[in-house]
Amino acid sequence: MKIHEYQAKEILRSYGVPVPRGRVAETAEEARKIAEEIGEKPIVLKAQIHAGGRGKGGGVRVVSSPEEAERAGKEILGMRLVTHQTGPGGRVVRKILVEEGAEIKEELYLGVVMDRSRECPVIMASREGGVEIEKVAAESPEKIVKEWVEPYVGLRPFQANKIGYELGLEPVQVGKLRGVVSGLYKTFYEKDCLLAEINPLVLTKGGDFIALDAKMNFDDNGLFRHKEIVALRDLNEEAPLEIEASKYNLNYIKLDGNVGCMVNGAGLAMATMDIIKVFGAEPANFLDVGGGATVEMVKNGFRILMSDPAVKVVFINIFGGILRCDTLARGVTEAVEEVKVNVPIVVRLEGTNVEEGRRILRESGLNFTVASGMQEGAQKVVEALKK
Amino acid sequence: MSILVDEKTKVVVQGITGNEGLFHTKQMTEYGTKVVAGVTPGKGGQQIEGIPVFNSVMEAVKKTGANGSAIFVPPAFAADAIMEAADSGVSVVICLTEGIPTLDMVMVRKYLKERGTKLIGPNTPGIISPGKCKIGVMAGYIHRQGTVGIMSRSGTLTYEVVDQLTKKGIGQSTCVGIGGDQIIGLNYVDLLELFEKDPDTEALIMIGEIGGTAEEEAARFVEKHVKKPVVAFIAGLTAPPGRRMGHAGAIISGGKGTAGEKMEALEKAGVRVVRNPAIVGNELSALLKKA
Repeated sequence: MKIHEYQAKEILRSYGVPVPRGRVAETAEEARKIAEEIGEKPIVLKAQIHAGGRGKGGGVRVVSSPEEAERAGKEILGMRLVTHQTGPGGRVVRKILVEEGAEIKEELYLGVVMDRSRECPVIMASREGGVEIEKVAAESPEKIVKEWVEPYVGLRPFQANKIGYELGLEPVQVGKLRGVVSGLYKTFYEKDCLLAEINPLVLTKGGDFIALDAKMNFDDNGLFRHKEIVALRDLNEEAPLEIEASKYNLNYIKLDGNVGCMVNGAGLAMATMDIIKVFGAEPANFLDVGGGATVEMVKNGFRILMSDPAVKVVFINIFGGILRCDTLARGVTEAVEEVKVNVPIVVRLEGTNVEEGRRILRESGLNFTVASGMQEGAQKVVEALKK
Repeated sequence: MSILVDEKTKVVVQGITGNEGLFHTKQMTEYGTKVVAGVTPGKGGQQIEGIPVFNSVMEAVKKTGANGSAIFVPPAFAADAIMEAADSGVSVVICLTEGIPTLDMVMVRKYLKERGTKLIGPNTPGIISPGKCKIGVMAGYIHRQGTVGIMSRSGTLTYEVVDQLTKKGIGQSTCVGIGGDQIIGLNYVDLLELFEKDPDTEALIMIGEIGGTAEEEAARFVEKHVKKPVVAFIAGLTAPPGRRMGHAGAIISGGKGTAGEKMEALEKAGVRVVRNPAIVGNELSALLKKA
């Protein structure tokens, strides 16, 4: 789960990491009021959407008075912000963060991520801040300092020191950085993050560190023990069909093609998308109804995938194990009867009670193309598209 | 032979009194798996399906000699259940639970390393040595005893591949679902090592997917240590970056963990990588004929 920058900064503030003074605003007037509270310094307004590259897209403005803040706020709020991460449709800006500007001497990078291969969190730091760390890692990996944390003992002070000295900082700065590193690690650990990142971490002309931008991704598996994080979810940032799917415990992801897919199991769902591509078509979505789908789940899944107007043909690919094919066939026929369907449907059923499942499909009187294997299914999908 | 589990494996089911635990206990027993005990704290002394229930894994192990465990407990308690199994001296632990927090698994892995327990999963369909022992939720009847070893991060995609093999008359020595999460127990490398040593396994199938670097690590291992033929399929060539594709571990993050990278690494290591998941069985059959 992702959250907004302003929310991430509030969490960091509660862990003792210095962040700029300021608050989030939903109206231009509020923006002016916050600017007044902050005082005379330069004021920065930042569009709050779940995507990077906001500056280049026109979502970040520096102003010098509350009046200007109000004017800029009017312009940013409600705009459709397009960045390299939003896709061509962009995102509507509903909130702006209004905060004091910082006097930047240097921009650093500081992040904590889960290292899957070493099976523990790793802290990464670099003096090449303000750019994407993946770019630094690809072009000059020697500029990134890494420190792995033993989960049993947690982050030790010497490790935080080591990071500072390896970055080549002055001793007084190393001391200050230690507080930031320890606050960020604690956030990562106590909030079940998969990523907690400050980029850039600014060293000010006054010699202090301040988190100018912050990003956090939380482990969905850990959310059950963090109601305070779940409360930060912003449904405006998610695709409506994906929200609808999540209500029924379905995994749906919208893609750019026109073949609607419904599959049981995540791996088989991805493989189904892949085989569609092998035969020259493009999947419209990823939809995993689960290894143990029920008739209800199948029905809801079908309804959701059919509400995407791009879908020109549907491919249902089910490998029943514990889950029986007759159950699935019933779910599909019920769904097709309920939802108005005017596109061809290719069904491939395999596994437990497959004969009974195929009989139900045949006798439903509905127009299904039955395929006997995954490959035949993909071929029939492509044929149907050509018609 | 087979790897990790066989007719000598005696299973304790942790969470045997829950819906899932009970249903699959029956399924496993029907398949012929020796389920000797169940554990649900507070329900010790009961019998369920003729199987004695104990309050702790330690007690179950002492009284029944269980050496394998199947875990069907909810995500919030599953990490604890794995550690309990390890502490009781169970040598192979299969954790079926989906949704265990990643940080809990970090602790579990550390705990297990110090005790030498082998963990399969979590978020796995389990493990099966056809004709001998099934610990998990896969449908037993699609399998057939034979000489192909399978390892996979996915459930139904594995059934798909097993089905392709069985329909061609090609059986399996052991099929292992390693789990779809970010931090898991035995990985491809551990299994490749076991399969390579197993005299009854002639060829291997590896089913991978986007996310992490386990397939790349496997490729390096195959290049140096594996002489048996390996066929691989990697799911997610069409998956968008930054999105979790169902499994917690199936995500391309920071441009890393793409299917393309994994395929390339495996091909370089001499693995036969197929792009069409429907022909894995055909490819393996062709390789076996050549050998």
